[in-house]
Amino acid sequence: MHLGVSESMRECEYSQISTRSSTPMETPYKKRTSRKRKWESFPGRSKFYCDGRIMMARQTGVFCLTLVLILVTSGLFFTFDCPFLALQLTTAIPVIGGVLFLFVLGTLLRTSFSDPGVLPRATPDEAADLERQIDVANGSTGYRPPPRTKEVVINGQTVKLKYCFTCKIFRPPRASHCSLCDNCVERFDHHCPWVGNCVGRRNYRFFYMFILSLSFLTIFIFAFVITHIILRSHRNGFLNALKDSPASVLEVVVCFFSVWSIVGLSGFHTYLISSNQTTNEDIKGSWSSKRGKDNYNPYSHGNIFTNCCSALCGPLPPSLIDRRGFIQSDTLQLAPPTNGITMYGATQSQQSHMVSETGSESVTKTSAFRAPNSFCRLPPPLSSSSRPVNQSF
Amino acid sequence: PAETFHNLQELRHSASLANKIFIQRDYSEGTTCKFQTKFPSELESRIEWTLFEDTVKTLNNYYAEAEKIGGQSYLEGCLACATAYLIFLCMETRYEKVLKKIAKYIQEQNEKIYAPRGLLITDPIERGMRVIEICIYEDRGSSGSSSGSSSVSGSTAR
Repeated sequence: MHLGVSESMRECEYSQISTRSSTPMETPYKKRTSRKRKWESFPGRSKFYCDGRIMMARQTGVFCLTLVLILVTSGLFFTFDCPFLALQLTTAIPVIGGVLFLFVLGTLLRTSFSDPGVLPRATPDEAADLERQIDVANGSTGYRPPPRTKEVVINGQTVKLKYCFTCKIFRPPRASHCSLCDNCVERFDHHCPWVGNCVGRRNYRFFYMFILSLSFLTIFIFAFVITHIILRSHRNGFLNALKDSPASVLEVVVCFFSVWSIVGLSGFHTYLISSNQTTNEDIKGSWSSKRGKDNYNPYSHGNIFTNCCSALCGPLPPSLIDRRGFIQSDTLQLAPPTNGITMYGATQSQQSHMVSETGSESVTKTSAFRAPNSFCRLPPPLSSSSRPVNQSF
Repeated sequence: PAETFHNLQELRHSASLANKIFIQRDYSEGTTCKFQTKFPSELESRIEWTLFEDTVKTLNNYYAEAEKIGGQSYLEGCLACATAYLIFLCMETRYEKVLKKIAKYIQEQNEKIYAPRGLLITDPIERGMRVIEICIYEDRGSSGSSSGSSSVSGSTAR
Protein backbone atom coordinates (compact mmCIF):
# COMPACT_ATOMS: atom_id res chain seq x y z
CA MET A 1 0.00 0.00 0.00
CA HIS A 2 2.70 2.45 1.03
CA LEU A 3 4.71 1.74 -2.08
CA GLY A 4 1.68 2.36 -4.24
CA VAL A 5 0.93 5.66 -2.52
CA SER A 6 4.46 7.02 -2.72
CA GLU A 7 4.76 6.02 -6.36
CA SER A 8 1.47 7.68 -7.26
CA MET A 9 2.47 10.82 -5.39
CA ARG A 10 5.77 10.82 -7.21
CA GLU A 11 4.00 10.49 -10.51
CA CYS A 12 1.90 13.52 -9.61
CA GLU A 13 5.03 15.54 -8.94
CA TYR A 14 6.74 14.64 -12.18
CA SER A 15 3.89 14.87 -14.64
CA GLN A 16 1.55 17.79 -14.40
CA ILE A 17 -0.89 16.17 -16.76
CA SER A 18 -2.12 12.89 -15.40
CA THR A 19 -3.08 10.55 -18.15
CA ARG A 20 -3.98 7.75 -15.77
CA SER A 21 -7.56 7.66 -16.96
CA SER A 22 -6.65 8.39 -20.53
CA THR A 23 -9.84 8.78 -22.48
CA PRO A 24 -9.76 9.73 -26.15
CA MET A 25 -10.69 13.25 -25.00
CA GLU A 26 -7.45 13.68 -23.08
CA THR A 27 -5.11 12.16 -25.63
CA PRO A 28 -5.03 15.14 -28.02
CA TYR A 29 -4.29 17.42 -25.06
CA LYS A 30 -1.35 15.21 -24.05
CA LYS A 31 0.22 15.50 -27.50
CA ARG A 32 0.57 19.27 -27.20
CA THR A 33 2.84 19.10 -24.14
CA SER A 34 6.62 18.61 -24.40
CA ARG A 35 7.91 15.05 -24.52
CA LYS A 36 9.17 13.65 -21.29
CA ARG A 37 12.45 11.86 -20.88
CA LYS A 38 12.52 8.37 -19.45
CA TRP A 39 14.34 9.37 -16.28
CA GLU A 40 11.38 11.45 -15.20
CA SER A 41 9.24 8.36 -14.78
CA PHE A 42 11.93 6.05 -13.48
CA PRO A 43 10.32 3.64 -11.01
CA GLY A 44 13.26 3.27 -8.62
CA ARG A 45 14.36 5.60 -5.85
CA SER A 46 17.39 7.03 -7.65
CA LYS A 47 17.78 10.73 -8.14
CA PHE A 48 18.67 12.31 -11.45
CA TYR A 49 20.43 15.58 -12.18
CA CYS A 50 21.41 17.54 -15.28
CA ASP A 51 18.42 16.31 -17.26
CA GLY A 52 19.21 12.64 -16.66
CA ARG A 53 22.95 12.73 -17.23
CA ILE A 54 23.78 12.16 -13.56
CA MET A 55 22.31 9.33 -11.51
CA MET A 56 22.76 8.98 -7.77
CA ALA A 57 21.18 7.39 -4.73
CA ARG A 58 18.56 9.18 -2.72
CA GLN A 59 20.69 10.16 0.28
CA THR A 60 23.70 12.14 -0.83
CA GLY A 61 24.71 13.74 2.46
CA VAL A 62 27.62 11.42 3.13
CA PHE A 63 28.87 11.90 -0.42
CA CYS A 64 29.02 15.65 0.21
CA LEU A 65 31.04 14.92 3.35
CA THR A 66 33.48 12.80 1.34
CA LEU A 67 33.86 15.55 -1.21
CA VAL A 68 34.38 18.22 1.44
CA LEU A 69 37.00 16.16 3.29
CA ILE A 70 38.98 15.50 0.13
CA LEU A 71 38.75 19.06 -1.17
CA VAL A 72 39.55 20.74 2.14
CA THR A 73 42.45 18.47 3.06
CA SER A 74 43.99 18.68 -0.41
CA GLY A 75 43.34 22.41 -0.59
CA LEU A 76 45.11 22.99 2.70
CA PHE A 77 47.98 20.80 1.55
CA PHE A 78 48.49 22.74 -1.68
CA THR A 79 48.11 26.12 -0.03
CA PHE A 80 50.18 25.73 3.11
CA ASP A 81 52.54 22.80 2.76
CA CYS A 82 53.42 22.72 -0.91
CA PRO A 83 55.11 26.14 -1.16
CA PHE A 84 57.53 25.18 1.59
CA LEU A 85 58.14 21.69 0.21
CA ALA A 86 58.54 22.90 -3.36
CA LEU A 87 61.21 25.34 -2.27
CA GLN A 88 63.00 23.08 0.16
CA LEU A 89 62.81 19.79 -1.63
CA THR A 90 61.49 19.60 -5.19
CA THR A 91 58.61 20.92 -7.30
CA ALA A 92 57.76 17.37 -8.19
CA ILE A 93 55.85 17.11 -4.91
CA PRO A 94 53.01 19.49 -5.75
CA VAL A 95 52.94 18.17 -9.32
CA ILE A 96 52.53 14.54 -8.28
CA GLY A 97 50.11 15.61 -5.58
CA GLY A 98 48.10 17.54 -8.14
CA VAL A 99 47.90 14.62 -10.53
CA LEU A 100 46.84 12.27 -7.74
CA PHE A 101 44.23 14.72 -6.51
CA LEU A 102 42.70 15.16 -9.96
CA PHE A 103 42.64 11.40 -10.49
CA VAL A 104 40.91 10.86 -7.13
CA LEU A 105 38.31 13.49 -7.93
CA GLY A 106 37.72 12.15 -11.43
CA THR A 107 37.20 8.58 -10.32
CA LEU A 108 35.01 9.64 -7.40
CA LEU A 109 32.71 11.66 -9.63
CA ARG A 110 32.63 8.92 -12.20
CA THR A 111 31.67 6.34 -9.56
CA SER A 112 29.02 8.55 -8.02
CA PHE A 113 27.40 9.88 -11.15
CA SER A 114 27.22 6.85 -13.39
CA ASP A 115 24.64 4.15 -13.65
CA PRO A 116 25.98 1.17 -11.65
CA GLY A 117 24.28 -1.35 -13.91
CA VAL A 118 20.62 -0.98 -13.01
CA LEU A 119 18.32 -3.55 -14.58
CA PRO A 120 15.15 -2.00 -15.93
CA ARG A 121 11.93 -3.47 -14.57
CA ALA A 122 9.97 -5.93 -16.62
CA THR A 123 7.32 -4.64 -18.99
CA PRO A 124 3.79 -5.71 -18.05
CA ASP A 125 3.71 -8.29 -20.85
CA GLU A 126 6.96 -9.87 -19.71
CA ALA A 127 5.78 -9.96 -16.12
CA ALA A 128 2.49 -11.59 -17.13
CA ASP A 129 4.35 -14.15 -19.22
CA LEU A 130 6.64 -15.05 -16.33
CA GLU A 131 3.73 -15.28 -13.91
CA ARG A 132 2.00 -17.67 -16.26
CA GLN A 133 5.10 -19.84 -16.50
CA ILE A 134 5.54 -19.89 -12.73
CA ASP A 135 1.90 -20.79 -12.12
CA VAL A 136 2.16 -23.62 -14.59
CA ALA A 137 5.30 -24.85 -12.87
CA ASN A 138 3.81 -24.62 -9.38
CA GLY A 139 0.43 -25.97 -10.38
CA SER A 140 -1.25 -23.75 -7.79
CA THR A 141 -3.07 -20.45 -7.94
CA GLY A 142 -2.99 -19.88 -4.22
CA TYR A 143 -3.05 -16.36 -2.89
CA ARG A 144 0.32 -16.71 -1.20
CA PRO A 145 2.87 -17.77 -3.78
CA PRO A 146 5.95 -19.58 -2.48
CA PRO A 147 9.38 -17.95 -2.87
CA ARG A 148 10.29 -18.23 -6.49
CA THR A 149 13.69 -19.54 -7.48
CA LYS A 150 15.15 -21.04 -10.61
CA GLU A 151 18.24 -23.19 -10.61
CA VAL A 152 20.89 -23.00 -13.27
CA VAL A 153 24.20 -24.75 -13.65
CA ILE A 154 27.10 -22.43 -14.38
CA ASN A 155 30.45 -24.02 -15.12
CA GLY A 156 29.49 -27.03 -13.07
CA GLN A 157 28.23 -25.11 -10.05
CA THR A 158 24.52 -24.92 -9.21
CA VAL A 159 23.37 -21.34 -8.77
CA LYS A 160 19.92 -20.24 -7.59
CA LEU A 161 18.28 -17.36 -9.43
CA LYS A 162 15.80 -15.49 -7.31
CA TYR A 163 12.64 -13.81 -8.51
CA CYS A 164 12.51 -10.12 -7.66
CA PHE A 165 9.00 -9.11 -6.63
CA THR A 166 9.63 -5.42 -7.18
CA CYS A 167 11.19 -5.63 -10.60
CA LYS A 168 9.21 -8.72 -11.63
CA ILE A 169 12.19 -10.48 -13.16
CA PHE A 170 14.37 -13.43 -12.34
CA ARG A 171 17.60 -11.79 -11.31
CA PRO A 172 20.61 -12.74 -13.41
CA PRO A 173 23.40 -14.44 -11.49
CA ARG A 174 25.38 -12.01 -9.30
CA ALA A 175 22.65 -9.38 -9.49
CA SER A 176 20.99 -8.16 -6.35
CA HIS A 177 18.24 -5.77 -5.40
CA CYS A 178 19.38 -2.68 -3.52
CA SER A 179 16.67 -1.72 -1.06
CA LEU A 180 18.04 1.81 -0.65
CA CYS A 181 17.82 2.59 -4.34
CA ASP A 182 14.98 0.13 -5.01
CA ASN A 183 16.68 -1.21 -8.13
CA CYS A 184 18.13 -4.52 -9.20
CA VAL A 185 21.79 -3.97 -10.01
CA GLU A 186 23.96 -6.26 -12.12
CA ARG A 187 27.01 -7.74 -10.39
CA PHE A 188 25.95 -5.94 -7.24
CA ASP A 189 28.89 -5.27 -4.95
CA HIS A 190 27.48 -3.04 -2.24
CA HIS A 191 25.73 0.27 -1.72
CA CYS A 192 28.32 2.83 -0.71
CA PRO A 193 26.96 5.92 1.08
CA TRP A 194 30.40 7.59 0.92
CA VAL A 195 30.09 7.60 -2.82
CA GLY A 196 26.36 8.17 -2.83
CA ASN A 197 25.58 5.33 -5.22
CA CYS A 198 25.49 1.56 -5.58
CA VAL A 199 28.67 -0.11 -6.75
CA GLY A 200 27.91 -2.59 -9.51
CA ARG A 201 29.05 -3.86 -12.84
CA ARG A 202 29.43 -0.54 -14.61
CA ASN A 203 31.21 1.47 -11.96
CA TYR A 204 33.19 -1.09 -9.95
CA ARG A 205 36.44 -0.30 -11.71
CA PHE A 206 36.02 3.42 -11.03
CA PHE A 207 35.27 2.67 -7.40
CA TYR A 208 38.36 0.51 -7.08
CA MET A 209 40.57 3.12 -8.71
CA PHE A 210 39.04 5.75 -6.48
CA ILE A 211 39.90 3.95 -3.24
CA LEU A 212 43.31 2.93 -4.55
CA SER A 213 44.26 6.44 -5.61
CA LEU A 214 42.76 7.86 -2.43
CA SER A 215 45.00 5.53 -0.40
CA PHE A 216 48.03 6.84 -2.28
CA LEU A 217 46.87 10.43 -1.89
CA THR A 218 46.24 10.03 1.83
CA ILE A 219 49.62 8.41 2.44
CA PHE A 220 51.27 11.01 0.20
CA ILE A 221 49.76 13.95 2.07
CA PHE A 222 50.42 12.34 5.43
CA ALA A 223 54.05 11.66 4.65
CA PHE A 224 54.81 15.08 3.24
CA VAL A 225 53.01 17.02 5.94
CA ILE A 226 55.06 15.15 8.53
CA THR A 227 58.19 15.93 6.49
CA HIS A 228 57.19 19.57 6.39
CA ILE A 229 56.72 19.75 10.15
CA ILE A 230 59.98 17.94 10.80
CA LEU A 231 61.93 20.24 8.50
CA ARG A 232 60.40 23.30 10.09
CA SER A 233 61.07 22.08 13.63
CA HIS A 234 64.76 21.58 12.77
CA ARG A 235 64.84 25.32 12.20
CA ASN A 236 62.49 26.81 14.73
CA GLY A 237 61.62 24.07 17.14
CA PHE A 238 58.59 21.83 17.23
CA LEU A 239 56.01 24.10 18.86
CA ASN A 240 56.89 27.03 16.61
CA ALA A 241 56.60 24.81 13.59
CA LEU A 242 53.08 23.87 14.63
CA LYS A 243 52.20 27.51 15.21
CA ASP A 244 53.57 28.53 11.81
CA SER A 245 51.47 26.03 9.94
CA PRO A 246 48.36 25.07 11.91
CA ALA A 247 46.68 23.62 8.84
CA SER A 248 49.18 20.80 8.89
CA VAL A 249 47.81 19.58 12.19
CA LEU A 250 44.31 19.27 10.76
CA GLU A 251 45.65 17.45 7.71
CA VAL A 252 47.60 15.00 9.81
CA VAL A 253 44.57 14.23 11.94
CA VAL A 254 42.27 13.67 8.95
CA CYS A 255 44.84 11.54 7.13
CA PHE A 256 45.69 9.49 10.17
CA PHE A 257 42.12 8.51 10.84
CA SER A 258 41.21 7.82 7.21
CA VAL A 259 44.31 5.95 6.12
CA TRP A 260 43.50 2.77 8.05
CA SER A 261 40.01 2.31 6.65
CA ILE A 262 40.88 3.38 3.10
CA VAL A 263 44.00 1.27 2.82
CA GLY A 264 42.17 -1.62 4.42
CA LEU A 265 39.33 -1.27 1.96
CA SER A 266 41.75 -1.14 -0.97
CA GLY A 267 43.40 -4.31 0.22
CA PHE A 268 40.04 -6.04 0.65
CA HIS A 269 38.88 -5.08 -2.83
CA THR A 270 42.21 -6.13 -4.34
CA TYR A 271 41.55 -9.56 -2.85
CA LEU A 272 37.99 -9.56 -4.21
CA ILE A 273 39.12 -8.57 -7.70
CA SER A 274 41.85 -11.19 -7.83
CA SER A 275 39.37 -13.91 -6.89
CA ASN A 276 36.53 -12.41 -8.97
CA GLN A 277 34.03 -12.13 -6.13
CA THR A 278 31.69 -9.37 -5.09
CA THR A 279 31.46 -7.99 -1.55
CA ASN A 280 27.98 -9.46 -1.46
CA GLU A 281 29.24 -12.98 -2.25
CA ASP A 282 32.17 -12.73 0.11
CA ILE A 283 29.99 -11.71 3.04
CA LYS A 284 27.48 -14.46 2.37
CA GLY A 285 30.31 -16.95 1.88
CA SER A 286 28.74 -18.14 -1.36
CA TRP A 287 31.91 -19.66 -2.72
CA SER A 288 33.78 -20.49 0.43
CA SER A 289 34.96 -24.03 0.92
CA LYS A 290 33.18 -24.10 4.26
CA ARG A 291 29.91 -24.64 2.45
CA GLY A 292 31.00 -27.84 0.86
CA LYS A 293 34.01 -29.59 -0.53
CA ASP A 294 32.94 -29.05 -4.12
CA ASN A 295 32.04 -25.41 -3.67
CA TYR A 296 34.06 -23.12 -5.91
CA ASN A 297 33.59 -19.81 -7.68
CA PRO A 298 32.28 -20.52 -11.18
CA TYR A 299 33.01 -17.01 -12.40
CA SER A 300 36.72 -17.01 -11.63
CA HIS A 301 38.96 -17.31 -14.68
CA GLY A 302 41.43 -19.44 -12.80
CA ASN A 303 44.36 -17.08 -12.41
CA ILE A 304 44.76 -13.75 -10.63
CA PHE A 305 46.03 -11.85 -13.65
CA THR A 306 43.02 -12.68 -15.84
CA ASN A 307 40.63 -11.93 -13.01
CA CYS A 308 42.18 -8.50 -12.45
CA CYS A 309 42.29 -7.67 -16.13
CA SER A 310 38.71 -8.66 -16.76
CA ALA A 311 37.48 -6.61 -13.78
CA LEU A 312 39.49 -3.50 -14.56
CA CYS A 313 40.14 -3.52 -18.28
CA GLY A 314 37.21 -5.52 -19.57
CA PRO A 315 34.63 -4.00 -21.92
CA LEU A 316 32.35 -1.43 -20.34
CA PRO A 317 28.72 -2.41 -20.96
CA PRO A 318 26.26 0.35 -21.85
CA SER A 319 23.58 1.60 -19.53
CA LEU A 320 20.40 -0.43 -19.87
CA ILE A 321 17.99 2.17 -18.62
CA ASP A 322 18.36 4.82 -21.37
CA ARG A 323 17.58 7.66 -19.01
CA ARG A 324 17.77 10.45 -21.56
CA GLY A 325 15.59 8.77 -24.16
CA PHE A 326 12.11 10.10 -24.80
CA ILE A 327 9.07 8.16 -23.71
CA GLN A 328 7.43 6.51 -26.72
CA SER A 329 3.70 6.98 -26.81
CA ASP A 330 2.85 4.34 -29.37
CA THR A 331 3.99 1.11 -27.74
CA LEU A 332 1.56 -1.68 -28.51
CA GLN A 333 0.22 -3.56 -25.55
CA LEU A 334 -1.41 -6.96 -25.39
CA ALA A 335 -4.93 -7.55 -24.08
CA PRO A 336 -5.61 -5.69 -20.83
CA PRO A 337 -4.41 -7.25 -17.58
CA THR A 338 -6.68 -9.63 -15.72
CA ASN A 339 -7.76 -7.05 -13.13
CA GLY A 340 -10.08 -5.65 -15.73
CA ILE A 341 -8.61 -2.16 -16.20
CA THR A 342 -8.46 -1.20 -19.86
CA MET A 343 -5.53 0.94 -20.89
CA TYR A 344 -6.48 2.71 -24.06
CA GLY A 345 -3.54 4.49 -25.62
CA ALA A 346 -1.53 4.45 -22.39
CA THR A 347 2.24 4.68 -22.71
CA GLN A 348 4.55 1.89 -21.69
CA SER A 349 5.86 3.74 -18.67
CA GLN A 350 2.44 4.67 -17.48
CA GLN A 351 1.45 1.05 -17.87
CA SER A 352 4.08 -0.03 -15.41
CA HIS A 353 2.92 2.61 -12.95
CA MET A 354 -0.66 1.48 -13.29
CA VAL A 355 0.26 -2.14 -12.83
CA SER A 356 2.35 -1.38 -9.79
CA GLU A 357 -0.39 0.72 -8.23
CA THR A 358 -3.17 -1.74 -8.80
CA GLY A 359 -0.80 -4.52 -8.01
CA SER A 360 0.33 -2.86 -4.83
CA GLU A 361 -1.78 -5.28 -2.92
CA SER A 362 0.23 -8.19 -4.20
CA VAL A 363 3.45 -6.31 -3.50
CA THR A 364 2.59 -5.81 0.15
CA LYS A 365 1.45 -9.38 0.55
CA THR A 366 4.77 -10.57 -0.69
CA SER A 367 6.76 -7.88 1.10
CA ALA A 368 7.56 -10.47 3.71
CA PHE A 369 9.47 -12.27 1.00
CA ARG A 370 11.36 -9.13 0.13
CA ALA A 371 12.86 -8.83 3.56
CA PRO A 372 15.34 -11.68 3.06
CA ASN A 373 16.75 -9.87 0.03
CA SER A 374 18.08 -7.04 2.12
CA PHE A 375 20.39 -9.15 4.23
CA CYS A 376 22.77 -9.61 1.35
CA ARG A 377 23.43 -5.91 1.11
CA LEU A 378 26.31 -4.53 3.15
CA PRO A 379 24.79 -2.25 5.81
CA PRO A 380 26.16 1.27 5.32
CA PRO A 381 28.59 2.40 8.04
CA LEU A 382 26.73 5.64 8.69
CA SER A 383 23.20 4.45 8.62
CA SER A 384 21.14 7.31 7.33
CA SER A 385 18.73 4.53 6.82
CA SER A 386 15.28 5.51 7.92
CA ARG A 387 13.62 3.61 5.10
CA PRO A 388 11.84 6.43 3.28
CA VAL A 389 8.85 4.37 2.28
CA ASN A 390 6.18 6.85 3.40
CA GLN A 391 7.90 10.04 2.40
CA SER A 392 7.16 11.80 -0.81
CA PHE A 393 9.85 14.03 -2.20
CA PRO B 1 13.77 -0.64 -48.83
CA ALA B 2 11.37 2.24 -48.35
CA GLU B 3 8.48 0.04 -49.36
CA THR B 4 9.47 -2.74 -47.00
CA PHE B 5 9.75 -0.28 -44.16
CA HIS B 6 6.29 0.93 -45.03
CA ASN B 7 5.25 -2.70 -44.64
CA LEU B 8 6.75 -2.92 -41.17
CA GLN B 9 4.95 0.25 -40.11
CA GLU B 10 1.69 -1.11 -41.47
CA LEU B 11 2.34 -4.35 -39.66
CA ARG B 12 2.87 -2.54 -36.38
CA HIS B 13 -0.09 -0.23 -36.62
CA SER B 14 -2.83 -1.97 -38.50
CA ALA B 15 -2.34 -5.69 -37.99
CA SER B 16 -3.55 -6.78 -34.60
CA LEU B 17 -1.20 -8.19 -32.06
CA ALA B 18 -2.08 -11.77 -31.25
CA ASN B 19 0.65 -12.74 -28.83
CA LYS B 20 4.08 -11.86 -27.53
CA ILE B 21 6.61 -14.48 -26.66
CA PHE B 22 9.83 -13.96 -24.78
CA ILE B 23 13.09 -15.77 -25.35
CA GLN B 24 14.85 -15.82 -22.00
CA ARG B 25 18.53 -15.62 -21.23
CA ASP B 26 20.72 -18.68 -21.03
CA TYR B 27 22.99 -18.38 -17.98
CA SER B 28 24.70 -21.74 -18.28
CA GLU B 29 27.97 -20.09 -19.24
CA GLY B 30 27.90 -17.41 -16.60
CA THR B 31 26.84 -13.80 -16.79
CA THR B 32 27.76 -13.25 -20.45
CA CYS B 33 24.84 -12.30 -22.64
CA LYS B 34 23.41 -15.36 -24.35
CA PHE B 35 19.84 -16.27 -25.28
CA GLN B 36 18.22 -19.69 -25.25
CA THR B 37 18.01 -21.33 -28.65
CA LYS B 38 15.11 -23.58 -27.66
CA PHE B 39 12.42 -23.25 -30.32
CA PRO B 40 9.18 -21.92 -28.74
CA SER B 41 6.03 -23.91 -29.50
CA GLU B 42 4.06 -20.81 -30.50
CA LEU B 43 6.30 -20.29 -33.52
CA GLU B 44 6.00 -23.81 -34.84
CA SER B 45 3.32 -22.91 -37.35
CA ARG B 46 4.94 -19.65 -38.36
CA ILE B 47 8.60 -20.15 -39.13
CA GLU B 48 11.13 -22.91 -39.69
CA TRP B 49 13.17 -23.61 -36.62
CA THR B 50 16.44 -23.42 -38.56
CA LEU B 51 15.81 -19.78 -39.43
CA PHE B 52 14.95 -18.96 -35.85
CA GLU B 53 17.97 -20.79 -34.46
CA ASP B 54 20.19 -19.03 -36.97
CA THR B 55 18.96 -15.62 -35.83
CA VAL B 56 19.45 -16.35 -32.14
CA LYS B 57 22.87 -17.93 -32.67
CA THR B 58 24.04 -14.94 -34.70
CA LEU B 59 22.82 -12.59 -31.98
CA ASN B 60 24.63 -14.67 -29.36
CA ASN B 61 27.82 -14.45 -31.39
CA TYR B 62 27.52 -10.69 -31.65
CA TYR B 63 27.11 -10.36 -27.88
CA ALA B 64 30.04 -12.69 -27.27
CA GLU B 65 32.14 -10.49 -29.55
CA ALA B 66 31.09 -7.38 -27.62
CA GLU B 67 31.94 -8.87 -24.24
CA LYS B 68 35.09 -10.69 -25.27
CA ILE B 69 38.07 -10.02 -23.05
CA GLY B 70 41.33 -10.13 -24.90
CA GLY B 71 44.06 -8.00 -26.39
CA GLN B 72 41.88 -5.38 -28.01
CA SER B 73 39.60 -4.84 -25.02
CA TYR B 74 42.57 -4.52 -22.65
CA LEU B 75 44.12 -1.95 -24.97
CA GLU B 76 40.88 0.00 -25.06
CA GLY B 77 40.55 -0.21 -21.28
CA CYS B 78 44.09 0.95 -20.56
CA LEU B 79 43.92 3.74 -23.12
CA ALA B 80 40.64 4.91 -21.65
CA CYS B 81 42.06 4.86 -18.13
CA ALA B 82 45.16 6.76 -19.21
CA THR B 83 43.04 9.52 -20.73
CA ALA B 84 40.79 9.58 -17.66
CA TYR B 85 37.95 8.20 -19.80
CA LEU B 86 37.74 11.47 -21.72
CA ILE B 87 38.47 9.54 -24.89
CA PHE B 88 34.88 8.28 -24.89
CA LEU B 89 33.69 11.77 -25.64
CA CYS B 90 34.97 11.33 -29.18
CA MET B 91 35.18 7.56 -29.56
CA GLU B 92 32.60 4.81 -29.21
CA THR B 93 33.27 1.83 -27.02
CA ARG B 94 33.54 -1.51 -28.76
CA TYR B 95 30.33 -2.61 -27.08
CA GLU B 96 28.42 0.33 -28.55
CA LYS B 97 29.80 -0.42 -32.00
CA VAL B 98 28.61 -4.03 -31.76
CA LEU B 99 25.19 -2.90 -30.50
CA LYS B 100 24.80 -0.80 -33.63
CA LYS B 101 25.67 -3.81 -35.76
CA ILE B 102 23.08 -5.84 -33.85
CA ALA B 103 20.39 -3.20 -34.41
CA LYS B 104 21.08 -3.27 -38.13
CA TYR B 105 21.05 -7.06 -38.20
CA ILE B 106 17.70 -7.24 -36.40
CA GLN B 107 16.18 -4.66 -38.74
CA GLU B 108 17.40 -6.66 -41.71
CA GLN B 109 16.10 -9.95 -40.28
CA ASN B 110 12.72 -8.38 -39.59
CA GLU B 111 12.42 -7.05 -43.14
CA LYS B 112 13.58 -10.18 -44.90
CA ILE B 113 12.37 -13.07 -42.78
CA TYR B 114 10.06 -12.16 -39.90
CA ALA B 115 7.71 -9.47 -41.17
CA PRO B 116 6.61 -11.55 -44.18
CA ARG B 117 5.62 -14.24 -41.69
CA GLY B 118 3.72 -11.84 -39.44
CA LEU B 119 6.40 -11.73 -36.75
CA LEU B 120 8.51 -8.91 -35.33
CA ILE B 121 11.65 -9.14 -33.23
CA THR B 122 12.35 -6.41 -30.66
CA ASP B 123 15.99 -5.57 -30.03
CA PRO B 124 16.92 -7.01 -26.58
CA ILE B 125 18.59 -3.73 -25.60
CA GLU B 126 15.13 -2.17 -25.45
CA ARG B 127 14.13 -4.78 -22.89
CA GLY B 128 17.19 -4.38 -20.70
CA MET B 129 18.93 -7.37 -22.33
CA ARG B 130 16.61 -9.69 -20.43
CA VAL B 131 14.61 -11.17 -23.28
CA ILE B 132 14.19 -11.27 -27.03
CA GLU B 133 10.59 -10.21 -27.47
CA ILE B 134 8.86 -11.61 -30.54
CA CYS B 135 5.49 -10.13 -31.43
CA ILE B 136 3.14 -12.47 -33.26
CA TYR B 137 0.59 -10.76 -35.45
CA GLU B 138 -2.61 -12.27 -36.64
CA ASP B 139 -2.41 -14.21 -39.87
CA ARG B 140 -3.43 -12.13 -42.88
CA GLY B 141 -5.61 -15.02 -43.98
CA SER B 142 -7.56 -15.13 -40.69
CA SER B 143 -10.97 -13.50 -40.39
CA GLY B 144 -10.03 -11.58 -37.25
CA SER B 145 -9.09 -8.08 -38.33
CA SER B 146 -10.39 -7.81 -41.85
CA SER B 147 -9.65 -4.09 -42.09
CA GLY B 148 -6.13 -4.63 -40.83
CA SER B 149 -5.29 -7.35 -43.26
CA SER B 150 -6.77 -5.46 -46.20
CA SER B 151 -4.67 -2.37 -45.52
CA VAL B 152 -1.55 -4.52 -45.26
CA SER B 153 -2.31 -6.25 -48.54
CA GLY B 154 -3.16 -2.86 -50.02
CA SER B 155 0.29 -1.52 -49.26
CA THR B 156 2.01 -4.57 -50.67
CA ALA B 157 0.00 -4.12 -53.87
CA ARG B 158 1.57 -0.69 -54.15
